[in-house]
Amino acid sequence: MIHRFFALIGLALMALATPSLAQEPLRIEIDNPNIEPLPFAVPNFIAETAAADQYAADLARVVAADLTGSGLFREIPSTAFISSVTSFDSPVQFSDWKAINAQALVTGSVSTAGDNQIVVKFRLFDVFSESQMGEGLQFVGSVNGWRRMAHKVADAVYSRITGEGAYFDSRLVYVSESGPKNARQKRIAIMDYDGANNQFLTTDQSIVLAPRFSPDGNRVIYTSYETGFPKIYMLDIGTVSRQIVADQPGTMSFAPRFAPDGQSVIYSLTTGSNTDLYKMGIGGGTPQQLTSDPTIETAPSFAPDGSQIVFESDRSGTPQLYVMPAGGGEATRISFGQGRYGTPVWSPRGDLIAFTKQNRGRFHIGVMNTDGSGERLLTASFLDEGPTWAPNGRVIMFTRESSGEGGSSTLYSVDISGRNLRPIQQGASDPNWSPLLQ
Amino acid sequence: MKTLPTAALLVAALGLSACSGGLFNQNRLDTDAAGAGAAGADGGITTGALAPNSVEYFNQTIGDRVLFAVDTSTLTDEGRATLTQQAGWLTTNPSFTAIIEGHADEQGTREYNLALGARRAAAVRDYLVSQGVPDARLRTVTFGKERPIEVCSTEVCYAKNRRAVTVIGAGAVS
Repeated sequence: MIHRFFALIGLALMALATPSLAQEPLRIEIDNPNIEPLPFAVPNFIAETAAADQYAADLARVVAADLTGSGLFREIPSTAFISSVTSFDSPVQFSDWKAINAQALVTGSVSTAGDNQIVVKFRLFDVFSESQMGEGLQFVGSVNGWRRMAHKVADAVYSRITGEGAYFDSRLVYVSESGPKNARQKRIAIMDYDGANNQFLTTDQSIVLAPRFSPDGNRVIYTSYETGFPKIYMLDIGTVSRQIVADQPGTMSFAPRFAPDGQSVIYSLTTGSNTDLYKMGIGGGTPQQLTSDPTIETAPSFAPDGSQIVFESDRSGTPQLYVMPAGGGEATRISFGQGRYGTPVWSPRGDLIAFTKQNRGRFHIGVMNTDGSGERLLTASFLDEGPTWAPNGRVIMFTRESSGEGGSSTLYSVDISGRNLRPIQQGASDPNWSPLLQ
Repeated sequence: MKTLPTAALLVAALGLSACSGGLFNQNRLDTDAAGAGAAGADGGITTGALAPNSVEYFNQTIGDRVLFAVDTSTLTDEGRATLTQQAGWLTTNPSFTAIIEGHADEQGTREYNLALGARRAAAVRDYLVSQGVPDARLRTVTFGKERPIEVCSTEVCYAKNRRAVTVIGAGAVS
């Protein structure tokens, strides 16, 4: 289901706490390599109407799961609580939370309103400073979107404590896989970033590959063998209607990705033995050829400002990464380490490029600066590939495939520090992370 | 020549080779080979030589596929020999068209393998054309690493998955 709105109202819920004395403000320095997860507590939200009761515990659980899942926070279980929060507006008993070393405390309330609406409020407290962090916020939305409200609460907590952009209120489009390795069935599917609300967008009749969101998150572009040959399709998520985008007779096209303005698509087009990069308006028209080498040029990705494209080419003899102007032209090689490089993806913050690296029989997901310096490998396994960035540019999701007859694909995420490697969804490949939802 | 399919070897081992001199008419292990269906869904064993103008003869006696070394699309001597026979069959059977499928093993990224599979298919198409098969009867498609026929993760399987398969069909190539 698409929840197209959230009235985000910055209700200046009054600050209850007195300013602190000698404490440093609560802060996670995310780039600190020796970071210790910050202990926090999220008591069940207070149900302010009877009908809201069913959400009170679930909201708190989703907030806690988001924060814990980031690897930067550690939840203190409710069994350790000394205080119980009985009213959203009651003063916080800071000494009780200090006693269990809850450095951050999130309190919330939920009430029902009108037709299928719920209202979620929250406050974040810096326990040891005995102060509220930021103003309280209130979210109003449909009951179906209750998980999104919890993600928004967690996003606010994450951003206030880390100073980083948010990413929990987001989705993934990916390829859902079933069946044996030599007859695998694939469907485009969409889900919340944490795996909830999974929904299939195509049937399993044709091979489908590598879906990518439009910049507004409302459409998906992907490769399908619906005609028997790889072609690029665009799908409207709301209506689940699809249309073919690139269809030149006698050619094959794949690896599409939207331009940051959403008005054009870059992709690989194969004519004969040669694969080059092209650009085409989403409404059709004549494709513009961006590369004209006799080698393989594929896996293009725009810089977030739209000025440059990073892509993969084997023009040097092995697959390596190159950057060129968005309109084509001279390309600069940026990968020089050992091994083969592929699937470069520019960070939404513009500062890094994530990639797949194959070296000595192992696969890695890594990141490098946009000039190729500062390469860091984040993972290693039999087969890792296809990174995608969280909206805040701090977390990467990718496909990990296990080896052998029973080999299967699982989505994993990892922080760009290399910490917090965790499985997200089994039987899944080719993830693409949406922008932060609106 | 290519190795016999596993099922045929098993049947032989079970002592059914009494029909010696006969050829086993059976499905290929491929699930995506459009030409396989004609070989009989019953998987039955028939005796007698295959008709030289049959698709089964093309698939089994000539061999419908050629294999490639890691990360290459260069035809081997053995591959060229098979393709020369394929070209002869296509020339003497002009009503048939063919789709050449290029495949890669699972080493490598999805996108690169798609492009690599296209190179392999094109190498086969170019060779068949050089042997006199009209280009208009041939079409290429890449499956990258999406359709392995062997599922282990060692070179034994990879070697068989790095292939280009000539799938015979009837009618005009669109």
